Amino acid sequence: MTDAPFIEIEELYFSRGDYEIFRGVNMTIPRGKVTAIMGPSGSGKTTLLKLIGGQLTPDRGRVLIDGQDVHRLSRKALFSLRKRMGMLFQSGALFSDLDVFENVAFPLRVHTDLPDTMVRDLVLLKLQAVGLRGAYRLTPAELSGGMARRVALARAVALDPELILYDEPFVGQDPISMGVLVQLIKRLNQALQLTSVVVSHDIKETLSIADYLYLISDGQVIAHGTPQTLDTNQDPRVSQFIHGEPDGPVPFHYPADAFYRDILGDTMTTKAG
Amino acid sequence: MQSKFSSSSARITRLGRRGCDLIEAWGRAGVFLAQSAVSVPSREGWRLWLHQMHFVGVLSLAIVLVSGLFIGMVLALQGYTILVDFGAEQALGQMVALSLLRELAPVVAALLFAGRAGSALTAEIGLMKATEQLTSMEMIGVDPLRRVVAPRLWAGFVSLPILTIGFGVVGIWGGYLVGVEWLGVFEGSYWSNMQANVNFISDIGNGVIKSMVFAVVVTWIAVFQGYDLVPTSEGISRATTRTVVYSSLAVLGLDFVLTAVMFGGL
Repeated sequence: MTDAPFIEIEELYFSRGDYEIFRGVNMTIPRGKVTAIMGPSGSGKTTLLKLIGGQLTPDRGRVLIDGQDVHRLSRKALFSLRKRMGMLFQSGALFSDLDVFENVAFPLRVHTDLPDTMVRDLVLLKLQAVGLRGAYRLTPAELSGGMARRVALARAVALDPELILYDEPFVGQDPISMGVLVQLIKRLNQALQLTSVVVSHDIKETLSIADYLYLISDGQVIAHGTPQTLDTNQDPRVSQFIHGEPDGPVPFHYPADAFYRDILGDTMTTKAG
Repeated sequence: MQSKFSSSSARITRLGRRGCDLIEAWGRAGVFLAQSAVSVPSREGWRLWLHQMHFVGVLSLAIVLVSGLFIGMVLALQGYTILVDFGAEQALGQMVALSLLRELAPVVAALLFAGRAGSALTAEIGLMKATEQLTSMEMIGVDPLRRVVAPRLWAGFVSLPILTIGFGVVGIWGGYLVGVEWLGVFEGSYWSNMQANVNFISDIGNGVIKSMVFAVVVTWIAVFQGYDLVPTSEGISRATTRTVVYSSLAVLGLDFVLTAVMFGGL
């Protein structure tokens, strides 16, 4: 194992229509560590994961995974690189025509020639780890949002990938499964030496497992460092976010005209108007 | 004057933008077809294809065969009332067979197929896209074009020509039921006139070629509309409608072109 970073993001620019989501993002994600990317809603955290996974192409800049430029790979090479990654989607994104067992077995079946008995054992092990071994015959429609995300986690780690991208893993979990999930992400990382990227805005949980943090806002990295250094960071934008204060330089409201003008005036154009 | 100019220039800009969007969509659809249809299937691929053959082909059998039967019966009834005025009701078999094999079987089967199977394909793939199943498949390292799209495309390509043949056969039998069994046309002349005047290559062959063209066009439109839609509930409903509308127009338009080339001496 080398000390070279696993993912390098260099001068990344990305926009949707006229809206610039990233304006020159630079990040280095170390190998074998849990790196958290945090930021307010709408700061493009999920988009960043999609750029790392090669689902979106940046306007400028590049993303290197283990030395390979993700957006310059051929379709075939990109798909074989993705076999080394797992991604946990915010919605779970389970295959609705397969039951829980087959969802977790899917990566094993398509990428390995393991005999059925071994696939079965591996799937049950992964399901046991997320506490849903008993639910293996349920269909995705019968699962709650939190359960679906845990099954998706079992699927994401089915092939023991080198890199896992977690998109908001803690949303919608009850306190018990939240605690288990936090431990699970930490343990997976330590036991398998894999590289984890966690996108989240659950500060407490994320700080407890992250080795390194990136804070993004307004399309740029506004701070990065270990949880300890960020906790004492003097930048008002950083401390507002880390300590969850409503007042500060980061606005709670989406950009809008003055409130009294919308209420009293006729500046707003609605469909009905 | 200024505002008039700017509004008309905005209109031209919009027109140009639409044109660009249209050409871009055509390009995307072409690349999509090339990337998904042209691939060597694995063993798993064959299994998925068979599964889709059941879903797309076998389950469309009932509607296609029942429609074929009724269309054949109506043809015989209408044809008889006209032909009998000229004392030419012996030509009924030939009339029923030629109308079905050259035109009605390929066209009506394709229209029914677009409504029954095409719309279902669009909605299914669209919902998979909206619930991020396609994206998560990509991230697992499985190409959805090969895993999801290719089996559905090939199932459509293969099943529509077979359904068309079924439509024609049942239609001819329906014509026989009405013409011979009910209206009393002589059975020998029904079949022998058909045999004497239907050419295997130019009538049956051309009908099958038509249905192959329609199969490619309808399935391509259906699957592409599902894959390319805006992933919202409104997007899915619009794409499903577009599948039926575009496929029907494409089938009818292409039918004219193909008929002109095959039978019109072009």
